[in-house]
Amino acid sequence: MKNIYSMFLMLCAVAASALPAQAQDAAPSLDARVNEAFANFTGPFVGFIFAPIPGTSFPWIVMWLVIGATVFTVYFAAVQFRFFGHAIGLVKGDYSDPNDAGEVSHFQALATALSGTVGLGNIAGVAVAVGIGGPGATFWMILAGLLGMASKFTECTLGVKYRNEYPDGTVSGGPMYYISKGFDELGLPGGKILAVLFSVFCILGALGGGNMFQANQAHVQITQITGDFPGWITGLIFAAVVFAVIVGGIKSIAKVTEKVVPFMGVMYVGAALIVLLVNFDMIGWAFGQIFAGAFTGLGVAGGFVGALIQGFKRAAFSNEAGVGSAAIAHSAVKTKEPITEGFVSLLEPLIDTVVICTMTALVIIISQQLIVDQATGNYVLNEAGTAIATVDGNSGVALTSAAFGSAISWFPFVLAIAVILFAFSTMISWSYYGLKAWTYLFGEGKTTELVFKIIFCVFIVIGAAASLGPVIDFSDAAIFAMAVVNIFCLYFLMKVVRKELDSYSARLKAGEIKKFSH
Amino acid sequence: MKLVIGLDGQSTGDKALDFAKDLASKTSDCELIVVYVIEWSPFSFQTAEENAERHKRREEEIAVAKDRVLNPAVAALKEAGLSARAIVRHGDVADTIDQIAQEEGAQQIIVARTSAGGLTSRIFGSSTANLVMNARVPVTVVA
Repeated sequence: MKNIYSMFLMLCAVAASALPAQAQDAAPSLDARVNEAFANFTGPFVGFIFAPIPGTSFPWIVMWLVIGATVFTVYFAAVQFRFFGHAIGLVKGDYSDPNDAGEVSHFQALATALSGTVGLGNIAGVAVAVGIGGPGATFWMILAGLLGMASKFTECTLGVKYRNEYPDGTVSGGPMYYISKGFDELGLPGGKILAVLFSVFCILGALGGGNMFQANQAHVQITQITGDFPGWITGLIFAAVVFAVIVGGIKSIAKVTEKVVPFMGVMYVGAALIVLLVNFDMIGWAFGQIFAGAFTGLGVAGGFVGALIQGFKRAAFSNEAGVGSAAIAHSAVKTKEPITEGFVSLLEPLIDTVVICTMTALVIIISQQLIVDQATGNYVLNEAGTAIATVDGNSGVALTSAAFGSAISWFPFVLAIAVILFAFSTMISWSYYGLKAWTYLFGEGKTTELVFKIIFCVFIVIGAAASLGPVIDFSDAAIFAMAVVNIFCLYFLMKVVRKELDSYSARLKAGEIKKFSH
Repeated sequence: MKLVIGLDGQSTGDKALDFAKDLASKTSDCELIVVYVIEWSPFSFQTAEENAERHKRREEEIAVAKDRVLNPAVAALKEAGLSARAIVRHGDVADTIDQIAQEEGAQQIIVARTSAGGLTSRIFGSSTANLVMNARVPVTVVA
């Protein structure tokens, strides 16, 4: 406990020492300093996670995710396609016992988990993937999304099966619980250590991808409209609002976002469809670019391998399949059959990646923001040779914004609001995931929870002030580190899921699992 | 005879109770089922934290409904020498009251006129109005 407090005091000291400095120097130099310190601090960790497989330029972590998703797809005999219809039925409530009304429904668990994943990954992340890996990255992204459905299915089933139910009626679940309890049940050693390791990475992931990346891109989006101003200002405002919700318990703010975020999601897809409809004659061409780019790279840095790496990376970052975060969100559902939550959760990568990410990619490709060399048909690289040159030199969320803006001039404003709200809802979701990992490590209690929540808010300010490069690297690295532990453990635990699956599908075939009339 | 009485925790509910009491005292062998529905939809959006606490909240909501609305009502009816029991359930108010009437084989539903007016009820209609429109047994709305 003492350690936490001293850590917390240290963080406060860092925050406090940074503030007076800003009075003497110009504000951007504070941003620059935060940025540099952050990059130096996180460098080794990022370097390890993205280390290439010896002799290649292929990061081992990407291979790790793809192999994981493929193994689960094969092991469960393409569960994502066989039980797709059943998953829809579950979400519709066809199999929900009316006596359980008032408990968390399958739909609510899915919607909550989705609001944690649908967000900047779908808007900014896809722009990064397509901007660096070219249209071909989209193909690999879709493939990763389809395979990822099996990873999600595995982890979410386990999340419900091994959750903790407390006497007061609350629940806690997630990889840390299924790793420690599941390993114990199977008589495997090391469950506790792995669970602790996962929790550490989950906290880092919550502070990185679930927080700093969101704050950072929200700031970029705001400056697009207002003109440039220091990031820490945006950070402070965001931190204050998040603080009000997660510490102050001001539910009304969260309630508003809950209602608005799904609406924004629908509107985003709607706008993308409009852009596609207006340019319907180019859809065939865009898919041609996607397929050609997937296997040749069309001149992007790293060729088709570059496209593949970007596609897989951004898909994993967007839908979080295999990362384990969704298992935390899904574990609250009321069901007697843990596997039903697995079925429901497999819809997530489909909605998130296969539908929404693909929409973003198509809009960027069709709007021709990426500069093509007319002579060769290949994409032109920027001066540094790291990404494809774009019409206005945009990258990340600015590229998506420009792509939509080229078709619907006022849409960047709507997109800005959407990005801010998505960023906010993702932060709220991840503050919960991080909190669950934190309380797993340090025990549940008001003070320990408060410490984490304050640290979380401090990182919002840091994230908004840092520049995209180091933030995105650290965010990716932390989230992928979760997947390292999670997928490793899923290999041992997947036979538990298989048993559940066999039993359930036998009963489903025998007609023992009945629909309820509503 | 079985009567379902829908209460909403407002004072107008007393009028519905009085009316039912009257009706029941005129017939022999009448069972009164007092119903309170906690407005809830399986398709609403919640935060992860709310989900984690949902079971606890549900229990609390049920306890409060029984404590404040149903138990006093049932006690009052029993005191008047009538046979009465209570049901509390989560769901859409109109649908759930109708559903309970069906399950129980009730001949009639008695509810109070909704006191709440305003914009929401103009747009979406009140629960009482929805019940009157969709119920599968006769509904008496007590003014």
